[in-house]
Amino acid sequence: MTQPADRMYSRTHEWALLAGDVVTVGITQFAQEQLGDVVFVELPAVGAAVAPGKAAGNIESVKAVSEVFSPVAGEVIEVNTALEGHPELINKEPFGEGWLMRVRVVAGAAAGLMDAAAYETFLAEEGH
Amino acid sequence: MTHHELLRTPLYDCHVEEHGRIVPFAGFEMPVQYVGVMEEHRAIRTAVGLFDVSHMGEIDVTGRRALEFIQHVTCNDASKLTPGRAQYSGLMTRRGTFVDDLLVHKIGDHHYFLVVNAANKDKDYAYLLAQTEQFDNVDVVDRSADYAQIAVQGPKAEAVLQRLTGTPLAEIKYYRFVEGKVDDEPAIIARTGYTGEDGFEVYLDPVAAPGLWRKLLEVGKPEGIMPCGLGCRDTLRFEACMPLYGNDIDDTTTPFEAGLGWIVKLDKGGFLGRDVLARQQAEGWKRKLMGFAMTGRGIARHGYPIWHGGKQVGLVTSGSHAPTLNRALGMGYVPVELAAVGTQIEIEIRGQMVAAEIVDTPFYRRAK
Repeated sequence: MTQPADRMYSRTHEWALLAGDVVTVGITQFAQEQLGDVVFVELPAVGAAVAPGKAAGNIESVKAVSEVFSPVAGEVIEVNTALEGHPELINKEPFGEGWLMRVRVVAGAAAGLMDAAAYETFLAEEGH
Repeated sequence: MTHHELLRTPLYDCHVEEHGRIVPFAGFEMPVQYVGVMEEHRAIRTAVGLFDVSHMGEIDVTGRRALEFIQHVTCNDASKLTPGRAQYSGLMTRRGTFVDDLLVHKIGDHHYFLVVNAANKDKDYAYLLAQTEQFDNVDVVDRSADYAQIAVQGPKAEAVLQRLTGTPLAEIKYYRFVEGKVDDEPAIIARTGYTGEDGFEVYLDPVAAPGLWRKLLEVGKPEGIMPCGLGCRDTLRFEACMPLYGNDIDDTTTPFEAGLGWIVKLDKGGFLGRDVLARQQAEGWKRKLMGFAMTGRGIARHGYPIWHGGKQVGLVTSGSHAPTLNRALGMGYVPVELAAVGTQIEIEIRGQMVAAEIVDTPFYRRAK
């Protein structure tokens, strides 16, 4: 499994793509495989405050519901409304069209996240 | 949870070969999915798929008083069975509730073959043994280790299975079975299933099961046969509103409350729980298993509260996105007076009230 090298990763299998003070957030290929077919996505409202370790929304697969976490702290400035009609984008393109939300962060918000190589190692150590 | 070592079915290696995702279920390591729940679900609805259901329990009831015994412990009328016919029934408590739901196959006048839920097998077996104390000449034997079970389900199931058996499958009607050969191995071939589609359940020697499994995948290729996991087994049975023990029925629910009054035969004579069920028949029952569709955004899941008029009135027993119908549906118990189709209810989803409406069941019915 190869992870895009342009972004950072959390231990809860979200990715964060930094562009200035705006971070695009999604879940990883590994996470979408674990979830299975996604059928419903519940995202935070624009303007909501998100932070690591605090549930920001939910992703429902056919069989189960999983919480979504933001890997960074900040304010939600946009959510991926395409997921409302096409939740399967998360399965098809977790690193692309299946992104979840954009968060405006303060400096240093990505501290503690892993780069692609470190995430790869983390997955391997977890036995995946 | 118990910490016993998990069991494997005779098909475990096949699941690993096919990259099944293995999860613990009812004490077994079982595949929950191979390529994905939606795709496997679609294969069963439109073509054909295979399930390993070897974890299910098989129990033989034999002896001169076998029928009398079956009549005593179940609510349906087994005297209506002739050899080669099967019946859906309930193993009853004295309170008229379910110890389990099961299939009763009549092999011969003094031989019945019961198929029970994997999670309940030990409980059922102990319960049946305890009931034999009042019956001389009845033997109850747990045969679960002697059988593997492969379910071949879907509109193309007959065509595919026919390639591996000389038994004319078209002659086996729904809920009937024959003892024949499949892939040259002795097998019970039953036209039953838990998907809401046509199909067969094949019981055979565990040693022969992996060979049959691989052959079926081979000969079913033109139809696009797929190995299917427990994930889609649940969404398929859910769309067809077939109850799942532990979710939709259990030892607190009666067949009447579960909408299964058709398996209660009060006129067959005495049986466990009959007095309670006769009283319900005469006086009515208080709650009813109904189906609902989410009209607001969200998916109901097992255990979520059902609200009506500002009060909690019940709990969701099963809920899922229904792949064939492409909408979020659920089932649950509500007071009978609220169970009418069209009633507006709310489902509490993680603290939020989401609108839903009671709809007709089953959600899915195959075209005849």
